[in-house]
Amino acid sequence: MRNKTIEQVEKTYLKADVPKFDVGDLVDVHTRILEGENERIQLFSGMVIARSGSGTREMFTVRRIVQGEGVERKFPLHSPKIAKIEVKRHSVTRRAKLYYLRDRVGKGTRLRERRGGKKVLLEDAVPSTPAPAE
Amino acid sequence: MTIGLLGRKVGMTQIYDEAGQAIPVTVIQVGPCKVLQVRTVPRDGYDAVQLGYLDKPRRLANRSERGHVTKELVSKRGKKRPSGVEVLPKAECEPKRYVREFRCDGSAYQVGQEIKVDEIFKDVKRVDVTATSKGLGYQGVMTRHHFKGQRATHGVKKVHRHGGGTGCNTFPARVFKGKRMAGQHGNAQRTVRNIGLVKVDAENSLLLIHGPVPGPPGGLVAVRATNAVR
Repeated sequence: MRNKTIEQVEKTYLKADVPKFDVGDLVDVHTRILEGENERIQLFSGMVIARSGSGTREMFTVRRIVQGEGVERKFPLHSPKIAKIEVKRHSVTRRAKLYYLRDRVGKGTRLRERRGGKKVLLEDAVPSTPAPAE
Repeated sequence: MTIGLLGRKVGMTQIYDEAGQAIPVTVIQVGPCKVLQVRTVPRDGYDAVQLGYLDKPRRLANRSERGHVTKELVSKRGKKRPSGVEVLPKAECEPKRYVREFRCDGSAYQVGQEIKVDEIFKDVKRVDVTATSKGLGYQGVMTRHHFKGQRATHGVKKVHRHGGGTGCNTFPARVFKGKRMAGQHGNAQRTVRNIGLVKVDAENSLLLIHGPVPGPPGGLVAVRATNAVR
């Protein structure tokens, strides 16, 4: 159960426009990386296997396979360091956490696509300097 | 010392600063507090401001609590008061649920005055928070004093969480006072000093304080600007 006062405090720190995505979706996460003085955007794309928490503390876990090795990254949904989340594809899932994908390789990790879902794009509300091409 | 305010702990959450760093904060509902009494050295022997926080229903307040905040309540003893004795000014408000004193020079405050968050914490960067910590009951030395306990193996017999020896032998033939042992843990007044004040929300009379503060959500806390030198 959420406390009303805390919800009110968090309200100003929540991102206004987070795209609607769910567990099983393929996403591109654009994160702001500070390298000395310069800021650049790093991309991490994979499948959302979990969402947890609520309010400003909501997190989501993205899993991808890099050179045959499973890599997972957990992102804070409302962090200003997340510049953009692009939803590429929805899938049919029957559970809230897809941890079983960790035990599978190759073809076994495929999920059935859920059609009819719109592609939603979150452009960051705060105008930032365009990131240099990587 | 400076004056502080009374409030209730709401709970914890996290917010993001401009750099995108997440800051853990405790939300505290603070004030407004009524000044119930101003204590002075000539009369009371010390300087302090007595504050009341939250109303108490009149049916739950006893006569002394009701008489403390209003002149209208007449008592038998009051009638016997010699004619020259002056009754102290009263706040003329509802009885208060929490009444606490802050040791400070109270000349700037009038009885009955209402103090809000932004008046006290406008330019304050760091604060001290005093509250009653969560009661954890009777705890052993490992929990209560962070003793290491004893080994899991090598012949240790059922004393894995014990503290070991408590003293010497024939001399001094006693255990020194203050020896740390098992006992009641928590439910004691604790002050966290010099913690950052992240945000003052005057509209909702909230304070966002960096990190944790003692006590459960809903517990009474006293917040004051710190006097610690950093």
